[in-house]
Amino acid sequence: MKIMTCPINGPRPVQEFVYGGEYRPMPDEPAASDAQWADYIFNRSGEPGLSREWWYHAPSGTWFIAERDNVKDVVLKTYLFDRANPPRAGKGATP
Amino acid sequence: MSESKRLPPQFGEWIDRGSPVRFTFEGAACEGFAGDTVSSALHAGGALMLGRSFKYHRPRGVHSLANHDVNAMFEDGTDTNIRADVTAVRDGAEYRAVNTVGGLANDRLRIMDAFSRFLPVGFYYKTFHRPMSLFPFWERQLRSAAGLGKIDGNHKRNRTPKRYDWCDVLVIGAGPSGLSAAIAAARAGASVVCVDENARPGGTLSYAYGSEPAAQGRLDELLKAAASLPNLSIRCNTLAAGYYADHWVALVDGGKMTKMRTRAVVFAQGAAEQPSVFRHNDLPGVMLASGAQRLLRRYSVRPFESPLVVTANADGYRAALDFASIGIHVAGIVDLRPDGEPSDLDERVKAAHITIHHGQAVYEAVPRDGLVGIKAAVVCPLDKQGELDTDDGLTIACDGIAMSVGWAGADGLLYQAGGRMKYSDEFEQFVPETMPAGVFAAGRVNGVFALDQKLIDGERAGLSAAKYLGLSSPSTLPEARRGPRSTHPYPIFYHPKGKAFIDLDEDVQLKDLVNAETEGFDNIELLKRYTTFGMGPSQGKIANANTVRVLARLRKQSVGETGVPTSRPFWHPVRMDALAGRGFHPHRHTPMHSFHESHGAVFMLAGDWQRPAYYARPGRSREECITTEVEAVRHQVGMIDVGTLGKIEISGPDAGAFLERIYTGRFTNLKVGSTRYALMCDESGVVIDDGVVARLGEDRFYATTTTSAAASVYREMQRYAIVWGMNLTLVNATGLYGGMNLAGPFARRVLQPLTDIDASETAFPYMGMREGTLADVPARFLRVGFVGELGYEVHVPANCAKHAWDALVSAGGAFGIRPFGVEAQRVLRLEKGHAIVSQDTDGLTNPFEAGMEWAIKDDKPFFIGQRSLRIIKKRPIARRLVAFSLGAGYHGNMPKECHLVIDHGKIIGRVTSIAISPTLHEPIGLAFMPAEKAAVGTPFSIRIDDGEMVAARVVKAPFYDPHAARQKM
Repeated sequence: MKIMTCPINGPRPVQEFVYGGEYRPMPDEPAASDAQWADYIFNRSGEPGLSREWWYHAPSGTWFIAERDNVKDVVLKTYLFDRANPPRAGKGATP
Repeated sequence: MSESKRLPPQFGEWIDRGSPVRFTFEGAACEGFAGDTVSSALHAGGALMLGRSFKYHRPRGVHSLANHDVNAMFEDGTDTNIRADVTAVRDGAEYRAVNTVGGLANDRLRIMDAFSRFLPVGFYYKTFHRPMSLFPFWERQLRSAAGLGKIDGNHKRNRTPKRYDWCDVLVIGAGPSGLSAAIAAARAGASVVCVDENARPGGTLSYAYGSEPAAQGRLDELLKAAASLPNLSIRCNTLAAGYYADHWVALVDGGKMTKMRTRAVVFAQGAAEQPSVFRHNDLPGVMLASGAQRLLRRYSVRPFESPLVVTANADGYRAALDFASIGIHVAGIVDLRPDGEPSDLDERVKAAHITIHHGQAVYEAVPRDGLVGIKAAVVCPLDKQGELDTDDGLTIACDGIAMSVGWAGADGLLYQAGGRMKYSDEFEQFVPETMPAGVFAAGRVNGVFALDQKLIDGERAGLSAAKYLGLSSPSTLPEARRGPRSTHPYPIFYHPKGKAFIDLDEDVQLKDLVNAETEGFDNIELLKRYTTFGMGPSQGKIANANTVRVLARLRKQSVGETGVPTSRPFWHPVRMDALAGRGFHPHRHTPMHSFHESHGAVFMLAGDWQRPAYYARPGRSREECITTEVEAVRHQVGMIDVGTLGKIEISGPDAGAFLERIYTGRFTNLKVGSTRYALMCDESGVVIDDGVVARLGEDRFYATTTTSAAASVYREMQRYAIVWGMNLTLVNATGLYGGMNLAGPFARRVLQPLTDIDASETAFPYMGMREGTLADVPARFLRVGFVGELGYEVHVPANCAKHAWDALVSAGGAFGIRPFGVEAQRVLRLEKGHAIVSQDTDGLTNPFEAGMEWAIKDDKPFFIGQRSLRIIKKRPIARRLVAFSLGAGYHGNMPKECHLVIDHGKIIGRVTSIAISPTLHEPIGLAFMPAEKAAVGTPFSIRIDDGEMVAARVVKAPFYDPHAARQKM
């Protein structure tokens, strides 16, 4: 992958972007057990398939979500994060 | 050198007879013409032997003339591994063959050939590792024999430019199919770039079809059509070296690399002719028919005087006709096919009085004395199983053998692009099966060999690319026929005496493959690593196809099942200077940079910034300069450029609450006009940054970050603002403001006359923040200090910063002001026992270990890392950052940062900072120690570079001014 499509700025060279890690909503802090919290902190999914990721377009300061097929390394779609309608968590799901 | 083999001028030749070129080869004077390659000029002058082979030092000559002749590699005194077969000859050059000891003709290592039967495959692996003690000796011997060429250590540095480019359709290969693809795509409206590694366009049209009346004038027509299209450019001498994701292709020409981004790619690179394998198939005079034709048509050089043509396709017949057309006596055509050539070429060859031997093959070449050339070939009949009947050999006198027994598609880049290939039993070559979106193949790489069909196939590929891009194209695309079959399934013939070469780069023989397979290296990739076939400079382009056939036969499986070695960039080797060159990483300068430069600053990189490490003074050592700067701050006044610190403005109704979630401390209760230390952890509770937060107004805050974390802290703040949905605005003000920290007992006396604020202790106490002017420019003043003296950090708009700095320097002159650098600052803060995040902390350090728990306010509902720190707090602390001293009397070797603390032979800790304190006159530092050995007074040992152990003792921090009285004066 050499081109990433920023939802604001359109397709741009991937060098302009910073990978922000898998999209993972934080568990409810007080309710989570220490083990659940540690799982959130330290474990990442290596599951092949669709992954929802944070990406950042550095020149414009735009954070967004990219849905990427990490087997084919193809970005399927990108969109801005919407708190009212957050992306689904988890991997492997179909878009 | 013998008489010239240069032919009279002919149409289409690539040489310029008006521009003679003089050069030397192995000391002897030679000449050629502009447009000649080194090899063609030498062959024209009668030089048959151009180099020695890699392992056995056998003579080698022209073979492919297509960038695969790696035994003809030269050095010219400044450059090495010059590929003679494709490099234009240079006037005045002095060429020598690489890989000889004592010159080409009398190479002392030619004796290796006689030892070859004692050097089977795997010999080096098996022999030189026992006994282990002798390996260093053998390693030296082998290393001096291995490798090609010598590196000139005094070579002047080349700056190789990089270029970025883009187009709609990139066509790789400017032969008949490539040109017709490029023209079709360009006519449909695409912007097209067509590249070819050769000096001129044309591909096979420039050498292979001299005997075809229908081909005459075709190249001119194509080039005229191309020239009439302004949106089509043809670039010669340009190699498509590697294919990367999203149609990103590395193009390399003589002087530079171009990073070409395209929307569609047409692969039309043609095919590489493959040799027949027989005894002595490597000697000068034995060449690929296409190599001989290139000599003849492009450079007007007679390849041989009396060649035998061994063939299994129409191309060999055309080559024979080419030879005959310039008066060369063809000693015969040996056609591996029992039924011979089906086309009218058969009749035409017979009309030229050339004898054809059907169903026969060359079993061995008979060398001349010294192996420099051949004098005959032994030809034997093939039975139905493809085996040679060696009892029935016929010896035919000849001075060369032109081989045209098959082709392998130049499909390396196609594989890199994700194309899937399947082996076609009909055509005996791999042909494309499925192509990724936007990737198209045309011509011989697609299995299409007939000239008229290649032109159609190119048009089809060009129109397909245009259609893929959404450009108008006809609803039905033309369709080309593959074939005719031009490749023999097994032109490989075993000889009990060996010297039947598979790979000329690495001197891999047929018997080596057989032995390796017997030893169990029965997979194509294993076989490659063990025998090193395909690992030489030609990357197997004329070795892989035959090797796969051999392995398939040994394993009794199909060629398709056997597969080919993985193709990786680069397609041909690419010179390091095309890859290396200038870095394009930008450096940032603060507004005060010119002052630093004119005051002798020695710069260091901090993130992207160039910061003064210290200011050098004539005749003074680095340490003396740093000490002088430290003393100025402690006794008079100093000033450091802190404009590199990250600066972020946070404003809005949620700004205070936001900072309390970002940092570990409290900020909603911070008074306007005050500052507070701010510590940042990540979600796992690891310390990642620190700085100061100032409150500018009810809803406005100003935060500083460390220099190196400025970008990432701002970035993460932006993300959290979105995720938490908070009402605030973030501005990255890092570059907007210059900054300087004025520190020392006289700081106030320097500052006060230049500002409209009251700088007194009562009006502007420690940790206060004021906005006002400095030397008539707007300024923010922060009463903070890292160095432990009375200090003012002043932030002013970047375009006024140099003015403000100069004003302070000038006002400070009477007080002995000195600029100080990062090194002095590190010493000063170390004397105060302050840890620097990411120097004295690492990727696992939590605030409890670093002694920063005072900065955590856990009575908040949330901050990043809070949940993790609560878990960590319940557990015993494993290590602590402690202050230590080597003692006032220590004058021995100094430990350095990262030296280890050793206890009974075990690593228990690590030095993170150390310096000789100019104030205390003793070596002091910070170190990580196990919690149980962190008590003040605990002795420990540091192991330094030469293994010496240095005694240290945990002491109480800070070392200097423990009650912090001096910064509150």
